[in-house]
Amino acid sequence: MRHPTSILALAAVAMIAAAASSSAATLAEVKERGELRCGVNIGLAGFSAPDDKGAWQGLDVDFCRAVASAIFKDPAKVRFVPLSAKERFTALQSGEIDLLSRNTTWTMSRDTEQGLAFVGITYYDGQGFLVRKSLGIKTVTELAGASICMQTGTTNELNVADYFRTRGLTYNPVVFEKNEEAISAYNLGRCDAYTTDSSGLYAQRIKFADPDANVVLPEVISKEPLGPAVRQGDSQWENLVQWTLFAWLNAEGLGVTQENVDQMLGSANPEIRRLLGAEGEFGRGIGLDNDWAYQIIKGVGNYGQSFERNLGKGSRLGIERGYNRLWKDGGLHYAPPIR
Amino acid sequence: MTSARTKFARSLMRLDWLYDPKTRGLIFQVALLVGVAALFIEIALNTAANLRAQNIATGFGFLGRPAGFDISQTLIPYSSTSTYGSVFWVGLTNTLLVAAIGIVLATILGFIIGLGRLSSNWLVQKLATVYVEIVRNVPLLLQLLAWYFTLLISLPAPQANYRLPLGIGVTDRGIYLPAPLWQPGLGAVIVALLAGIAGAVAISVWAKRKRLATGEQVPAIWYGLAAVIVPALLMFFALGMPLAFEVPTLGRYNLDGGMVLLPELMALLLGLTLYTAAFIAEIVRSGIEAVPRGQKEAAAALGLRPWQIQRLVVIPQAMRVVIPPLTNQYLNLTKNSSLAVAIGYPDLVSVFAGTVLNQTNQAVEVILITMGVYLGISLLTALGMNWFNARMALVER
Repeated sequence: MRHPTSILALAAVAMIAAAASSSAATLAEVKERGELRCGVNIGLAGFSAPDDKGAWQGLDVDFCRAVASAIFKDPAKVRFVPLSAKERFTALQSGEIDLLSRNTTWTMSRDTEQGLAFVGITYYDGQGFLVRKSLGIKTVTELAGASICMQTGTTNELNVADYFRTRGLTYNPVVFEKNEEAISAYNLGRCDAYTTDSSGLYAQRIKFADPDANVVLPEVISKEPLGPAVRQGDSQWENLVQWTLFAWLNAEGLGVTQENVDQMLGSANPEIRRLLGAEGEFGRGIGLDNDWAYQIIKGVGNYGQSFERNLGKGSRLGIERGYNRLWKDGGLHYAPPIR
Repeated sequence: MTSARTKFARSLMRLDWLYDPKTRGLIFQVALLVGVAALFIEIALNTAANLRAQNIATGFGFLGRPAGFDISQTLIPYSSTSTYGSVFWVGLTNTLLVAAIGIVLATILGFIIGLGRLSSNWLVQKLATVYVEIVRNVPLLLQLLAWYFTLLISLPAPQANYRLPLGIGVTDRGIYLPAPLWQPGLGAVIVALLAGIAGAVAISVWAKRKRLATGEQVPAIWYGLAAVIVPALLMFFALGMPLAFEVPTLGRYNLDGGMVLLPELMALLLGLTLYTAAFIAEIVRSGIEAVPRGQKEAAAALGLRPWQIQRLVVIPQAMRVVIPPLTNQYLNLTKNSSLAVAIGYPDLVSVFAGTVLNQTNQAVEVILITMGVYLGISLLTALGMNWFNARMALVER
């Protein structure tokens, strides 16, 4: 039997030791390699999961493709690296991946102490609970004394502890390394509730044999702003990834879609002309050609299109956009302008 | 001409030390040592520099910070406000618990199956062989998952409130045992019990001396058993049975109260025990087969009965062959217990090298500590087994 601990340890130590001082040149490294290495979830419908043909699909996956499009003018030049919650940060720190796009909550300690730099928010989420309908529960506090299944290495683990402690209630945590096992345990009756980000609850529920026998409680107990992250210390790369996200959001606001992007090149609107590189030299500052944003939209469409395709009405999940609408439609997404 | 030759010879002599194998050996060893040390220092410095460059926190200060998460099984007091340092101790005690129980159970089962492999009964022998071949050839992780999900499927839900005698509750959330409650007077019973054990030891020493001196057999086992049980029982009844149990009762979701044996722990113990027992069985079989036939025949010729032959002649000699590889299996079991993370048992790797690593992201420190702990446990186990081995080896005359 091999020993997972020692292998993990050697890998972590060796990789951090070998990650050398090349952190300032991620873009050059990615270009030379000819593909982007993107850390994604092992399987979370709507965010990152292989479809029946084995191709990765999801909002997080589309963001990886958007970055690849901006760099290579080809959304296919991505190597997806599936990671568990536990592995994700070590993989980014050690240089195994260039970009982490894996439904990861932006928190202060992760951003300031753990060598990560979050570039923005792709999905406004909050932690919820899934319970069997037969329990007849309406609120989270009714779960006092219950057994709750969850995944290790997540903010969810901490939120639940805080929530029950501050209310003087008890619960029995059952914590798994992988979501699949947590879900199986819940389905086999080991737990009364399963908790993760609300989007994840919907994504898991559609895979159940009888989804309607389970309900998501309406209460949300935390803020979970999910977003992509890069390593600290390479501001050019950080800017590139950040502005990929902003261009993605701005394209939706300006009505530029995958279908009409070529017509839009001839638009008279200066904002659209700047976005698509018909005017100005905005690519230079991030080390790319001026049509970088055009390539993103050509490759994967705008943010709204990706959302609807993977999570919204075009998907089996059918999640309402809610907070994830643009600011002008009553949501929270607000990207700085390209000018 | 002569002077040139002398000169050459002298110059050779001056280099004599270079050709001395001892000196050369020393030089190479020192050079290698310096090289290896330089490599490690370089790695350490490089790591520290990279961590600084990436703005990743370093040092062991995180051990004093509050953890903020809960753990399903804690043998020492712990809550989500305890520190990461406490998480370490919780994980370590959970690992040691599994390792200790697993080692005892695997040894017992392994010996039984190992003897079964040598049984003259066709059915027993075939069953033992099939067991060994199946269990040791299926990956342990799969066995653990299979046991875990089998337990969850087959055990009843808490709402069924299925009870064994004594109020033991059997549910898919764990087996709930009545917890003993401390009553005044129980201390005296325990003192009586301890005194009884001391008495039993004294009796066995006395019996052995008597046997060696006179050859007379004393039924020391029965005397000893009586010495342990009788005073404790008398004290127990004399003080009016000072023992109560808290029987678990059905709450809204789970049984409340009592002591719980989590299904994660049960599955892990089942998996580790059955898997390691298969290897131990083979070790026991090979050990017994290594004892020369002549030994058994000689013992039989002396008129010893079959069980006496096994106990007094075969097993003591087999043990010498068995102990070193047995140590290996104990170490394997301990290290394999780190697979616990797959089925949600909070062992050291799960809560410390998993959750704590993830919350603090101090991979280097956490992994170094964890590796150190496994190394320490393994070395201590090996030390104990070597001592035992030395003792067994001394039996040789």
